[in-house]
Amino acid sequence: MSAELEAAAPERRIALVDLLDRVLAGGVVLSGEVTLSIADVDLVHVSLRALITSASTLERSLSGE
Amino acid sequence: MADTSGGWLYAVARELDTDALAGLRGVAGAPVYVVRDAGLAAVVSAVDLAEFGAEPLRRNLEDLDWLAVTARAHDAVVTTVGAAAQAAVPLRLATVCLGDDRVRDLLARRRPDLESALALLTGRTEWGVKAYADPEALASVNPADTAGPSGKGGAGTAYLLRRKAQLSAREKAERNAAAHADRLHGELAALATAARRHPPQDPKLSGRKGWNVLNGAYLVDDAKADELAAAVDRLGAELEGVRLELTGPWPAYSFAGIEQGAEQEPR
Repeated sequence: MSAELEAAAPERRIALVDLLDRVLAGGVVLSGEVTLSIADVDLVHVSLRALITSASTLERSLSGE
Repeated sequence: MADTSGGWLYAVARELDTDALAGLRGVAGAPVYVVRDAGLAAVVSAVDLAEFGAEPLRRNLEDLDWLAVTARAHDAVVTTVGAAAQAAVPLRLATVCLGDDRVRDLLARRRPDLESALALLTGRTEWGVKAYADPEALASVNPADTAGPSGKGGAGTAYLLRRKAQLSAREKAERNAAAHADRLHGELAALATAARRHPPQDPKLSGRKGWNVLNGAYLVDDAKADELAAAVDRLGAELEGVRLELTGPWPAYSFAGIEQGAEQEPR
């Protein structure tokens, strides 16, 4: 999974974390029929935290704990 | 199928060279097209509402692989549009309209905001500067404090004294790191037209060592870009225990909002 997080874009090498900082919290907000709400962005942060938690759990289990 | 598709918005541009968008594909591989309203051009591509409607979107956002692919596709189009226009305002990820008339309607209704954002962004570029602090270097603990008392006192007392020294070293490091970050942000913001601090990144996600004490974005005149890069080099050399990383050029994601100027403090 961390390999995916660091995967390079074809043209520009960008860390996904840097991109998500910007596309989720930045950009002009026009209220279309679908617009990311603060709650949606929080949801992404929850998913990211869950990923971190499961990754560190995996690390611990791999290191023999 | 018209009723099951929507238009995903990437950016609103002024003086857009549409030839430069030929063959460009956006999220889900769909070709992009342009919707115009009196001098403003919105770049859009069709998306299937079964995947990009409000409910499925909420589910898909929890899928990080989906999110990564979608965010990169969005960014690729926004970047291309930025290079092909006099100025372009990026849109927040996942802005979907039902029909091109709705897009024109939004352009007309939000024209004043969009015009002022375009004016702010013209001739300027967003750069990112992240600072990573090395807690140990910043604490610069006096070795005598950590060695513990020699002789009397017993192991328990020695442990407590050592622990106390460690805690105060950590507090000192945190204070130093915060002070460095504030100074850095202040100096970099002085070179910028607008500046903003994003919340610090989790080291487990970024894969970087050290505390991310500054995650800043700076909107800089294109003529001053070299000056910013030089300042990052200089500050990185001056501040001991702090490593700086310059990212960009970015589409002006951090300065496209109408809440620009209101600085977002780290959460």
